[in-house]
Amino acid sequence: MKLQALHKRTTGASLLALLTTGVMALHAAGPPTVQVNTTGLKVTDDTVTVGQLHSATGTMAISETGSIQAEQLAIDQINAAGGVLGRKIEVIKEDGASDWPTFAEKAKKLLVNDKVGTVFGCWTSASRKAVLPVFEKENGMLYYPTFYEGLEQSKNVIYTGQEATQQILAGLDWIVKEKKAKTFYLIGSDYIWPRTSNKIARKHIENVIKGTVVGEEYYALGHTQFGSLINKIKLKKPDVIYAIVVGGSNVSFYKQLKAAGITSDKQTLLTISVTEDEVLGIGGENLAGFYSAMKYFQSLDNPNNNAFVKAFKAKYGEKSVIGDVTQAGYLGPWLWKAAVEKAQSFDIDKIAEASPGIELTTAPEGYVKIHPNHHLWSKLRIGQWGTDGQAKVLYESGLIEPDPFPKGYQ
Amino acid sequence: MDNYSWADLQNIFIMQGFAGISLFSVLLLMGLGLAVIFGQMGVINMAHGEFMALGAYTVYLCSTLTQDYAPSLAPYYFVFAIVIAFFVAAGVGALVEWAMIRHLYHRPLDTLLATWGLSLIMQQTYRSTFGAREVTPTLPEWLMGSYSPHEGLDIPINGMFVLGLAIFVSITLVLFMYKSRFGLRLRATVQNRKMSDAVGINTGRVDRLAFCLGCGIAGIAGAAFTTIGSTGPDSGSRYIVDSFLVVVFGGAANLLGSLASAFGIAQAQSILEFFLEGTKGKVATLLVIVVALMFRPQGLFPSKVRAH
Repeated sequence: MKLQALHKRTTGASLLALLTTGVMALHAAGPPTVQVNTTGLKVTDDTVTVGQLHSATGTMAISETGSIQAEQLAIDQINAAGGVLGRKIEVIKEDGASDWPTFAEKAKKLLVNDKVGTVFGCWTSASRKAVLPVFEKENGMLYYPTFYEGLEQSKNVIYTGQEATQQILAGLDWIVKEKKAKTFYLIGSDYIWPRTSNKIARKHIENVIKGTVVGEEYYALGHTQFGSLINKIKLKKPDVIYAIVVGGSNVSFYKQLKAAGITSDKQTLLTISVTEDEVLGIGGENLAGFYSAMKYFQSLDNPNNNAFVKAFKAKYGEKSVIGDVTQAGYLGPWLWKAAVEKAQSFDIDKIAEASPGIELTTAPEGYVKIHPNHHLWSKLRIGQWGTDGQAKVLYESGLIEPDPFPKGYQ
Repeated sequence: MDNYSWADLQNIFIMQGFAGISLFSVLLLMGLGLAVIFGQMGVINMAHGEFMALGAYTVYLCSTLTQDYAPSLAPYYFVFAIVIAFFVAAGVGALVEWAMIRHLYHRPLDTLLATWGLSLIMQQTYRSTFGAREVTPTLPEWLMGSYSPHEGLDIPINGMFVLGLAIFVSITLVLFMYKSRFGLRLRATVQNRKMSDAVGINTGRVDRLAFCLGCGIAGIAGAAFTTIGSTGPDSGSRYIVDSFLVVVFGGAANLLGSLASAFGIAQAQSILEFFLEGTKGKVATLLVIVVALMFRPQGLFPSKVRAH
């Protein structure tokens, strides 16, 4: 009797379960899970789980917050439009805490324990280098949003920001053409990205532009006293200051330039490390008239970007600003969705294989396309900063092919 | 140095001299508060940088409030903001002394740990309150730009302001220490606590006031630094190394030592940075200091009082 009842209930439950699954499958209209997930990732009939790995705390939180927000916005929008292969995206957020070993640990946790496969994350090159071996060993896929120094390519990473040559060469060419510049002063914060970027810039200046580098120097991260440097600049009188200063140093650098009378009416300055995010801290009045070379500016006037800016501000407040990396972060989930749909699978190998050739016509920056080397074809733009903290776009290149291992620049 | 004109070099010489003096005033402001707390009281205050950040955030708050509620005061608010920064930092200092430091006066290594913990708490408080992004107060017009007596010579006004403030704070502090009743009691307590107790000095109160004073000066320093840099939750950790460098190199218990060491470090660093490049200049400066400390482990001006 007891047994029978149990039996009955079990049958009823399984029948119900079967029915629900059937109805849901009909409802979601996605292909069955066994088919889209052959490697044991965390995919159910109506959800797919991805990871997000940025610094929400520590010194890098200043920069990474924008990427976290943009990725979340993209995921929300994809979910609102029906998800990916009929499945809603769920996110497991981990905090790398601006500490590179922590990044590696959390990456491993996401890939091995949580079985997420795809992760949107990292910001600094140091954090990317720390997680790269983990992603390659556990076969995950990282969507990395920051413009960076290049010299890297992996099956397990999609680089949605620009590599160095995309950001540097066209910018230098433009400034030479516009300002008849011949002499350059290269300045950077002392770590791999500014050093590698300036190395590429120097080769281009000396070998292609046939100009001169009159000074090249680096200051520790967090350095705040630029008096001596500014005097050297005044002595050498370069046509262009080429600046790759990052973080808090940026604010001191531009404030002191202004205080020393080096303003845009007397001096041309081109930087590849100042986006709308940095301007918020530096203050538009300290930057007015200087140039940034980026692939994206918040002020870009096209329907995609207008919609993106509106959605971003609606979600994160009218005062929020969007910089280059934030936009690149926003591309990640969309590029992943396109790859998954092309591959009809959440398997990492299939996503990696499907990615080259994927185009996005809805990107705020315009059109982008994934190159076989997993970087994006993208344009370069030159923006001139105004006192309101927004840039006026003065120049737009054609689509530039990503070339992470540039010959003659290493 | 082939095609530089004599006038150019003269200008650079003046401006470079000012860059050194400007750095000196920054280091001096950083070190003074610590010279009182560490030098006089022997408390290793790892949260000193966070008290500077507190001063900076106070200025930022004042700036925001002024803009929102009294825009007509914008040109003058900065001066008041510095005074407020002093009292806010001193107030928090009093609280910290009462709740934590006074229980640890006989355990210097424990103060080190405790104040380090305090610095982490303060950093996270800033992050939760003001956000992770660095902030900059809107500075009054008269603080921006440069004084330019002739073409090619620009003396930054914010640099002159910080210099003026550093001189003012130093003189006030020295007068306070050597001419006031409180200064006398403090010096007595530092030299011989038991005897001071015996002659009726309330040494507990002296300790509290000295700690307040040190924190307040840190607040002023932080407020002044908003004119040359930005403020973030962990700005404090950027200041702390230089602060200790100044005080330790000067000889912990001596205010004049801090003055001399700030001047020496600043000149060495700015000259080396000019002739070498950024990072190398800093490394060379630190090397000089390390060698100097090998020969004078007590610093430039060691205390003449025997330890007890």
